[in-house]
Amino acid sequence: MPSIAKPIATHPTLQRNALGLTIRDYEGSMSTLCAGCGHDSITAAITRALWELDTEPHMVAKLSGIGCSSKTPTYFLSGAHGFNSAHGRMPAIVTGAAAANRDLLYIGVSGDGDSLSIGLGQMCHAIRRNIRMTYILENNGVYGLTKGQFSASSDIGSKSKRGEPNRMAPIDPVKLGLSLGATFIARSFSGDKEQLVPILKAAFTHRGFALVDVVSPCVTFNDHEGSTKSYKHTRKNTLRATQADWVPPQSEILAQISKSGTTSVAMHDGSVVNFSAVPKDYDPTDRRKVAAYLDDQPANAVVTGLLYIDPSAPDMHELGQSSPTPLRDLAYEKLCPGSAELERMQEEFR
Amino acid sequence: MHDVLRTRVNDFAVKLANVNGTGSASANGLLMQAIFRMGIPVCGKNLFPSNIQGLPTWYEIRVNKEGYSARALDYDLMVAMNSQTYDRDIKEVRPGGYLLYDSSWPLDPDLHREDITFLGVPLAELCNQNFEDPRTRILMKNIAYAGAMVATLDIDMDVVNALLDEKFAGKKALRESNHKALLLGYQYAKEHFDCPLPFRLEKMDANKDKILIDGNTATALGAIYAGCTVAAWYPITPATSVMDGFKGFCEQYRKDPETGKNNYLIVQAEDELAAIGMVLGASWNGARAFTSTAGPGLSLMNELLGFGYYAEIPAVIVDVQRVGPSTGMPTRTQQSDLMMAAYASHGDTRHILLFPANPNECFHFAVKAFDLAEQFQTPVILMSDLDIGMNDWVVPRLTWDDAYRPDRGRVLDAEDLEKKIGKFQRYNQEDENFVAARTLPGVSEKGAYFTRGSGHNKFGGYTEIPDEYQEVMDRLKKKHAAAAKFIPEPELVPREGSKFGVIAMGGCDPAVREALDVLDRQGTPADYLRVRGFPFGEVVERFLANHDFCFVVEQSRDAQLRSLLTLETSVPKDKLRSVLVYGGFPLSSRHVVQGILSQI
Repeated sequence: MPSIAKPIATHPTLQRNALGLTIRDYEGSMSTLCAGCGHDSITAAITRALWELDTEPHMVAKLSGIGCSSKTPTYFLSGAHGFNSAHGRMPAIVTGAAAANRDLLYIGVSGDGDSLSIGLGQMCHAIRRNIRMTYILENNGVYGLTKGQFSASSDIGSKSKRGEPNRMAPIDPVKLGLSLGATFIARSFSGDKEQLVPILKAAFTHRGFALVDVVSPCVTFNDHEGSTKSYKHTRKNTLRATQADWVPPQSEILAQISKSGTTSVAMHDGSVVNFSAVPKDYDPTDRRKVAAYLDDQPANAVVTGLLYIDPSAPDMHELGQSSPTPLRDLAYEKLCPGSAELERMQEEFR
Repeated sequence: MHDVLRTRVNDFAVKLANVNGTGSASANGLLMQAIFRMGIPVCGKNLFPSNIQGLPTWYEIRVNKEGYSARALDYDLMVAMNSQTYDRDIKEVRPGGYLLYDSSWPLDPDLHREDITFLGVPLAELCNQNFEDPRTRILMKNIAYAGAMVATLDIDMDVVNALLDEKFAGKKALRESNHKALLLGYQYAKEHFDCPLPFRLEKMDANKDKILIDGNTATALGAIYAGCTVAAWYPITPATSVMDGFKGFCEQYRKDPETGKNNYLIVQAEDELAAIGMVLGASWNGARAFTSTAGPGLSLMNELLGFGYYAEIPAVIVDVQRVGPSTGMPTRTQQSDLMMAAYASHGDTRHILLFPANPNECFHFAVKAFDLAEQFQTPVILMSDLDIGMNDWVVPRLTWDDAYRPDRGRVLDAEDLEKKIGKFQRYNQEDENFVAARTLPGVSEKGAYFTRGSGHNKFGGYTEIPDEYQEVMDRLKKKHAAAAKFIPEPELVPREGSKFGVIAMGGCDPAVREALDVLDRQGTPADYLRVRGFPFGEVVERFLANHDFCFVVEQSRDAQLRSLLTLETSVPKDKLRSVLVYGGFPLSSRHVVQGILSQI
């Protein structure tokens, strides 16, 4: 994708994180998306979340498929390896990459076309395998790069720019994730950084597949009257079901003295996700309750928040019982049985 | 007695006609293995249907003291165990030959032939009298005919008994019933026929340095020895046993003694689109990774093979070819994926291919494939086929040099990057083989770059500028050409007084070698060139230039190897003639001899 390098000018007053890095160190090149695109806000949220987490840039791998959303990994964290793959194929690339090196943080960025049509199978199977990755679905209900076709997340009745209504039922990634057994499911809105940044921090910390569906309006092809993925429609119909905050491991004590009546979920690395607001009887660790809650909401509601979390489920490497040392770092001497064993073994082939 | 059937030792062919799913495969394998252990050159071909139970299946055993190991086509003995195919099986026995059948029921008089001898063994009757359980009765019929063959062919009974003891070491009941059934058939044949038949076996010492192995197992072993740690695949005939084999070897050799964990990860993917994606992802991240597939899977992989080629990511793909197009005949063999593999994907792409001819080469070429993939940072396709992959072949023992270390190609580590001034440029500063250095994620910020399938310049940056795009594409072409020096050299067998050349690849090798001996004896000597990889190199060019004309022997309708040779060398098209056998069964020397003689 085209990109323009950003001039590096760090203001002395810019805040530094534990690694001594400013937020500018987590940025990438200039976005070439349309002005006002929701995706750019998500990029900013990712940048902030990584900076706040004191993430070492080179310990991240950012991958994507094809589409407007998939261009965005160029726009954050230039110190990390990036991989702009083929349409709908990012989950398989991440699966292989994660198999080779379990120590990196994998951020997959995709869109509704990339994820819910051409790449639906791969996304589902990455969920099943519980690949340790954050899967950000930048959801605008439209094919932008090919100029305005409906996507599989377009709601019934949502109108195209030419006024034509969509008549087919949408695929809801959140409900899909719930039914497939995803271990971390969130939905947010690109215009709600206050909610999105902590969700991303929790997602990056999650040991397993973290699905983050972010409604991200397309200003050029899907932000008009009659669209259900416009800024206006989303703002009007957003229902913030939960508010979650991520608390790092060393401040665990603080987490316990958070507001009364809230839920705390301990993450695998010792950090904690505090839910400061959830609906009555809502339990973000109970899949059935979450599904029932979602079913009870009005059809046009955009339910947002960290909706479901299971920090204990084994990821692909635990399921596969694979080496704690990344497979790619194993010494060849550990891998080759050698000539004497080959000689011996061949007695079985006689 | 027919002339052709004068007493012959260690030189005959047997065909066994069975119903699949009845347990015949293990009896047939037992016979083949027993002959191997008697030190006699032998080959076995399993001609099986795409079905689990009920359809006709055949097994051929050819014994040849000279070591010829292609299919024979002339059957001295037919073991006709399938009433559905009696009529055609009986027709295939050579005049003067024998047919062994289950005489529990009378044979249709219409099927009688005056010129062959019918050997009736009441197999069902014998088994019904001696075994209780219905399934055992069916299974033991196979061992009983094996017993009759032990008697008629003079197979060493001690060897067979030892094999049964090994096979059923921990299963007393099975072991005993097998021994019993074997003896039933053996004794019946001894009592009723003039044993042995005019063609028979005699111990030799030809297999001391040989093993009996199928190509898929050998390929899997190659992946283990190459240090591969990640495998992703989707089940498909005839490639499934590659991954079964890999998994088996991993369980044996890759359980870490210190951690108790697996020093490997095998992912059964949702489809081949994903399988190749996983291999690319893992290789991009620095692991040795591979997938195994067949034609339909390779079709799906086209998309990302183009990605791997353009973004320059190593990958090893094992293509165990079967009959196409479409679903084709999944359990039959062909070499018809060649053109697709050579140029897989849209756009200008070309891949490195390796053509093993037998399981021994499957092992060594599998290792080579990993080295080439990393050295040239590109997908490498190992072109095996069903015949090589799924049949047991007698091949020289596999050897290994403990000094071997993987060639990981040009990869900059943290130290290299530390010394680097300025930004890392992914596709710049290529070496003499047009390969630029790569970096791995998770090593250093200074090595970070963006891998993309979209247009890029030599710095790795996005581009739509013609010159920048072309610069990279031109280097890729040169890089592919440079690989010719590193793929296994073609095998060249010159002959005194040769009149023309013969070119083949892969599993055609045994039939072509035998045919060339036959032709030579008939006064038509020819030189032989076996290509072992693509891109073709100097040796291929010279061979083509040095012959007035050449025959290309191959297993595809459209003469794909001939096509690739005409496209990728300077040979004039009319210098190449084709011998094509593409019905799905492995080649016989007769096909080659007749194909050549009919055109000169």
